[in-house]
Amino acid sequence: MPSRSRSASMLKVSDLTEVYTAGFLQRESAVAVDGVNFAVQEGETVSLVGESGSGKTTTAHIILRLLPPTSGEVVFEGRDIWAFKTKKELKGYWRKVHGIFQDPYAAFNPIYKADRILYQVFNLVDRDVGDKRKLVREALEAVKLRPEEVLGRYSHQLSGGQRQRMMVARCYLLKPQMIVADEPVSMVDASGRAGILKLFLELRDLYGTAVIFITHDLGLAYYMSHRILVMHKGKIVEEGTPEKILSDPQHPYSRKLIADIPLIRRKWEDI
Amino acid sequence: MSGLLAAEGVKAYYSSSKGLVRAVDGVSVDIDPGDVLGIAGESGCGKSTLSNVLMMNIRPPLRFLEGKVLLDGKQDLAAMGREKVKTQAWGRVITLVPQSALNALVPTRKVGAFIKDVLRYHLKLNGREAWALAQKRFQELGLPVEALTKYPHQLSGGMRQRVVISVATLLNPKLLIVDEPTSALDVSTQKQVLKMLRHLRKEEIVGAVVSITHDIAILRQIATKIALMYGGKVVEVGPMEAILEGPLHPYAHSLIHSVVTPEPEVKDRGLSYIAGEPPDLLHPPEGCRFHPRCPHSLSICSREEPPLIGLGEDRFVACHLVPGRRPC
Repeated sequence: MPSRSRSASMLKVSDLTEVYTAGFLQRESAVAVDGVNFAVQEGETVSLVGESGSGKTTTAHIILRLLPPTSGEVVFEGRDIWAFKTKKELKGYWRKVHGIFQDPYAAFNPIYKADRILYQVFNLVDRDVGDKRKLVREALEAVKLRPEEVLGRYSHQLSGGQRQRMMVARCYLLKPQMIVADEPVSMVDASGRAGILKLFLELRDLYGTAVIFITHDLGLAYYMSHRILVMHKGKIVEEGTPEKILSDPQHPYSRKLIADIPLIRRKWEDI
Repeated sequence: MSGLLAAEGVKAYYSSSKGLVRAVDGVSVDIDPGDVLGIAGESGCGKSTLSNVLMMNIRPPLRFLEGKVLLDGKQDLAAMGREKVKTQAWGRVITLVPQSALNALVPTRKVGAFIKDVLRYHLKLNGREAWALAQKRFQELGLPVEALTKYPHQLSGGMRQRVVISVATLLNPKLLIVDEPTSALDVSTQKQVLKMLRHLRKEEIVGAVVSITHDIAILRQIATKIALMYGGKVVEVGPMEAILEGPLHPYAHSLIHSVVTPEPEVKDRGLSYIAGEPPDLLHPPEGCRFHPRCPHSLSICSREEPPLIGLGEDRFVACHLVPGRRPC
């Protein structure tokens, strides 16, 4: 695992809380994220691990500025991301912090050809980038896709793995400082997961990209991260290096998460 | 052959405007009573089509071309056709829980009402009898009885999946086929579903299970036998431990090694995956279908298709490179 070059805190999340409310007369509320604090440094990969409904995705949406928090703040490079006033500032933020989601199919507009998603990246870049087609081909090659196999095709003609690789190819074009990857491989075949995880590691080694990696599978987080945050019911219940969390989990929930991972060398005793 | 269900040389293709898609191309599998057979492979290698073939759920564009699907070694389901198998065997003898079946519950009907409908149709039970049976089965399987009084949207994904499996096995079928039962679930819910499948087997509620998955680590936990599919064909079959400990086919080897689990052996090996995409089954490659992606491919591999050959102890493999092969 590469060492982190600098230790300046790039993103700081303080006391983040999100409460969802529903109903008209009888208002019901659910606390999705409950006072979460953490920081991500340049070039660092931090994994948020927890079961469905633990608040991981809500946290990701707030960091990506897709959802306003009920309280708390997210500071990126010293600025509160909810204080951006102009479209230009917002575009600048999204150029630096890029999201990759669970279902790559949902990101494509089925009416257009799939490579449109790569050309759209140039809308975020203000300067002249030169030969766009050449850049797109290079990005596809970087994510181990053969350009002739994917260019000009529609998203339904691509496999799940190919679609998700195209989403990662956007990062090669944009070179963001941080990627927020929300379950990027949970809809990809088990045999293709390692290939996509490797792309994130390569991006990190090449450009020093920080990654917030969100997953329910501690096994994946183990390979990807410098640091793992275990989330349960909206709170971070444990934090540590992958080795420490896997070998010596403190919180009962972390222990349960580890016990629930199906291993290839060992059969569960309690099944 | 005295197995519970046996497919022999089955070919089932999809017809499309571009030609025939060879999704299941000469597949033979045996399921004996008590087996938990795991069928594994990447997406698009014919696993789900095979599950439909075993059920004889053949509807256009899928076409059954040749082969036999023998029930109890004598009754050929393929000769009976879909409609006959549907009325005589579905639910009671063979039952299929397809992928995303957790969406099979009717959104506007409570789970209990849905189950009453199922039992009224199959067993001609009245409401009270059906309710009692549903309650008994839920208790047996460790599902909360309150789930019967809820609408599907009030249940979590894992709970919905378990409810659907319990509905599918209400009539104690001889064979339960589950297609990717855990693919949309997180690890903890996944374990509950797998526990339930084990429980159904242990309590002999179902006679045998076929579980289709792309995640081999899951098969370690539940399977007794594994069949690996690639490009519409079975490339290796054998007892679960034998395959996971010593895979013979290069595809089996790569597939097992591509699984990312937090284990020292896996970490030492580093992340590995199978480069490239599975073959286009409209135009599958000549010879061995895996040869374009195989790291050990020889010239014979691109010319001749390797037959599935027995190695003893229920182990079969289709690869030119495996030494000591002998005809079965």
